[in-house]
Amino acid sequence: MEKKIIVEINNIGMIYHSLTGETEAIKDINLSIFEGEILGIVGPSGCGKSTLLSIIAGLLEPSSGTVLINGHKVSKSNRNIGYMFQKDQLLEWRNILQNVVLGLEIQGKLTTNNYRIAREILENYGLGEFIYSYPSQLSGGMRQRVALVRTLLLEPDLLLLDEPFSALDYQTRLAIADEIGVILKNERKTGLLVTHDIAEAISLSDRIVILSKRPASIKEIIQIHLTCPEGNRTPLRCREAPEFRHYFNKIWRELDVHV
Amino acid sequence: MSNNNISKEHENYLINIKRKNRNILLTQISIFIVGLCLWEIAAQFKWIDTFLTSYPTQIWKLFLSYIKKGNLFYHVGISVFETVVGFLVGTLLGMGIAVLLWWSEFWAKVMDPYLVMLNSLPKTALAPIIIIWVGAGYSGIIVTAITVSIVVTIMNMYISFTSVDEDLIRLVNTFGSTKLQILQKIVLPSSIPSLISTLKINIGLSWVGVIVGEFLVSKAGIGYLIVYGGQVFKLDIVMMSVFILILISALMYKVIAILENKFTRW
Repeated sequence: MEKKIIVEINNIGMIYHSLTGETEAIKDINLSIFEGEILGIVGPSGCGKSTLLSIIAGLLEPSSGTVLINGHKVSKSNRNIGYMFQKDQLLEWRNILQNVVLGLEIQGKLTTNNYRIAREILENYGLGEFIYSYPSQLSGGMRQRVALVRTLLLEPDLLLLDEPFSALDYQTRLAIADEIGVILKNERKTGLLVTHDIAEAISLSDRIVILSKRPASIKEIIQIHLTCPEGNRTPLRCREAPEFRHYFNKIWRELDVHV
Repeated sequence: MSNNNISKEHENYLINIKRKNRNILLTQISIFIVGLCLWEIAAQFKWIDTFLTSYPTQIWKLFLSYIKKGNLFYHVGISVFETVVGFLVGTLLGMGIAVLLWWSEFWAKVMDPYLVMLNSLPKTALAPIIIIWVGAGYSGIIVTAITVSIVVTIMNMYISFTSVDEDLIRLVNTFGSTKLQILQKIVLPSSIPSLISTLKINIGLSWVGVIVGEFLVSKAGIGYLIVYGGQVFKLDIVMMSVFILILISALMYKVIAILENKFTRW
């Protein structure tokens, strides 16, 4: 493989301690993420997907193992990671422009040039007329787009997407997932997408990791090849690919859901 | 939308709403006026004992004479001064302590039972001790007012600080923010609505502290007028003082409401 490895996850294990005992959340996870790919992660609910993201983001110290990003161990000082949550986490008391520059502001990089770039990106993503609006004046889909701009402005090496569409209604969700998928591909961003939605994972990801129930370990990694109609690949159009159903059934079987 | 192209139906709707609001306001004012009139009439026809209840015109006359003598402004001024100082110091100090508790989880846990106890204690019970310790003057009264409002402030603000969305803190942590930045950019601004509601509560509480303090010190202020009026059985002085008290605290509440509009425009 000549593709550059961005993230290297070596033998990660995580044990939570509480007064009533200890819980093993993650066991022996080894994984590499390549530059420019979107890696989907699916798994049963409560299997420790969010824990894994927190560890990769350097917000949580694993019990064992290491995470290397561009060859360096993640730590508080050197991390360059964008994190998107279920909720957009916009600050209601700041207007859209002030919201997207929050990261730059905290890192002390607020220059007039960066302000200009922020405005440009907002314009490009169809948010130009809302620069001075407050978040409460925007729809759910637009708010999530603002959150994406806030994340991209920091030019992160890696984007962690923690079910970023699940708080949206179904139509908006399809539209925004499509839009953000295209943006990530155009910007050649590397992303890790955690989702409950199997179809969403297939349509957006290049590879999909299936996790087992707790303690989470990797059950299988599936390479996704979709022959999309009309050549140019967008997540929404890829849902029409003939292989789509096949991947869906395969992942569904692997997840082994019992209600 | 401009006003000249609204439909007939919408116009009726707007007129209806306006009429309803006007009726509410008119009824509110009428209740007040009718109440005053009944009080006055009952007093004039000797249905009630005016020695015990006084009556509006007498209170008004007393009010005018107090203004003429200049005492009124003196007493009201002192009480307002004590309340405002007690309110500001109590709120700021309470905020400061809440920030410290937010900063150190250890101390928050250590202080928890003490705060719960202090919160359930009627703070006015401390007033005699405070006045002996601090002195029977403005300072004792102001400290009494502070003790009444500070505990509620600490508890309300601490709860508000710690209930900020966990993911929001995680987000700014991925930006590499310091704890001070989290406080400045996330925790304090997101607590503004709680702060405003605490301010509203504190206005009332500070008045409680000041009036109780003035009852005990009995030198000057609206609380002094009330106690004095009660002791010499001149209930018109008591009634006048209570009316003034209602007016001023309502005014202060209004100021906070204006601040609220200004700071929560989002």
